[in-house]
Amino acid sequence: MDWIVDQFMQNALLAGLFSGVACSLAGVFVVTMHLSFLGVCIAHAALAGALMGEWLEFNPIIGALGFSIGAAGLVGPLADKGDLSPDSSIGIVFSLMLGLSLLFLGLIPGSRAEALDLFWGSILTVTRADVAALAVTAGALVALVIVFFKEIQAVVCHRHVALAVGIPAGIVFYGMLVGTGITIAVSLRSVGGLVIFSLIINPAAAAFQLTYSLKRMFLISAVLGVFSCWAGLAASYFWDLRTGACIAIVSSCVFALAAAVSPKRRLA
Amino acid sequence: MPFDPAIEFDKATVRFHRRPALDEVSLRVGRGEFVGIIGPNGAGKTTLLRAVNGLVRLWSGGVVVLGLEPHNGAGHEVRKRVGYLPQAPQIDSRVPLNVGETVLAGRWGRLGWLRRPGRADREAVERALVAVGAKHLADRPVGKLSGGEYQRVALARVLAQEPDVFLFDEPTAGIDPQAQLELLDLIRRVHAEREVTSLYVTHHIRLEDGHAALPDCCTRVLMMRHGRIWRDGSREDLADETLLRGLYHCCSEAGPLGARHGNGGF
Repeated sequence: MDWIVDQFMQNALLAGLFSGVACSLAGVFVVTMHLSFLGVCIAHAALAGALMGEWLEFNPIIGALGFSIGAAGLVGPLADKGDLSPDSSIGIVFSLMLGLSLLFLGLIPGSRAEALDLFWGSILTVTRADVAALAVTAGALVALVIVFFKEIQAVVCHRHVALAVGIPAGIVFYGMLVGTGITIAVSLRSVGGLVIFSLIINPAAAAFQLTYSLKRMFLISAVLGVFSCWAGLAASYFWDLRTGACIAIVSSCVFALAAAVSPKRRLA
Repeated sequence: MPFDPAIEFDKATVRFHRRPALDEVSLRVGRGEFVGIIGPNGAGKTTLLRAVNGLVRLWSGGVVVLGLEPHNGAGHEVRKRVGYLPQAPQIDSRVPLNVGETVLAGRWGRLGWLRRPGRADREAVERALVAVGAKHLADRPVGKLSGGEYQRVALARVLAQEPDVFLFDEPTAGIDPQAQLELLDLIRRVHAEREVTSLYVTHHIRLEDGHAALPDCCTRVLMMRHGRIWRDGSREDLADETLLRGLYHCCSEAGPLGARHGNGGF
């Protein structure tokens, strides 16, 4: 157990804990609203913003925050008020963000090692400051879910009813999208832009298979998110593999297992 | 006794893609009235209901509900006092929500931000579930209900809201004939007990088994065509075959008049 006392490993474990909790809670929003692709879209927006930061030499997290919140703010009204279906509007923003990511990557001068870390994540090199930012994000998200649980429940489970009974469903909906954007942006450095949506979607989708209670779904999702991060981290450490890839594969296996034992599948 | 309106429309116009869905509609509904709204598809019936609770944008004119203007900053306030029961939606059978939680959602608007439900809210939920005969379903996942059960639960949610105005938007559509009759009877009882103002939209004027699609307590009927109120009168006066054929422009056996079961009335 010597590895656990290493400073970098402690940081990685804490980063896994906080990003696991934050991403999987945000995942519950998008999975329950059947907007999983929105998570993918915001993840690519965060990646594009971070790469712009690398190119223009400002803090990539600031770029990621701006782009992911911008994408969340763009997709919501497009899906709500436009003539397009949510799928189409998310797809259009996604393709724009993918194009921008590749454009900014091409514009970065010199070595692109740090930029590529944004793709794959580098949880083993996160700093205490990164961990602190993740802790604040996860803590804030947990607090918001507890405080606004009834509003969130009404909006994610039946938004039209929420609106009809006098809940400002639009504010709650956009609040959840922005929360998802911030979570993804802050988790980008540790988990990586290409695999973060696996951590957003898989634990929440697995939890969705296992319970009919939204409270339990949040709890199970958080536990599975942290488990995916830590198991992926351990696999990466002991077998010298890419951490982001291991986290994505573990979380996918967790989903497959949950789908296989799902009581909902048996009753369907 | 002076007329006491719960709902007033003053030349209200709603447009979708520049086409009027509601065209200069003026209307006054008194407190405690039960008004049926009939007409063909696209006549503006649902838009009229959604204009009452401020869920569509007014192009021109005005709407006042319970003394508030839902299109002028009081939308949320109005919606807290207006119960809306649409037709049974397609529900994901895996949605993480049970019946008790669904009915409790009716209390959220009145409760407001940051406040948790208390004993009074839970008692209101229980009373509502008992009233619709669905107390035994309280712990069942909402996605596991039949269409008829879901509509009972949706009615319980509206009852738990304790609204001053009910809006029913084809609530019996898509559920089996027995469940339709039970739901109509429930609506009649609710209206009699609570003396609320109700608007009830229906496309078909007769159910599949020949029963009237409007509850017995409905005494006034609006006939809508092309976004306008074409006729407004008592149920007896408007239960005329010629008028109904004129309203629907049809005489199909499977049409909304329910010709197989004898038409000319509702």
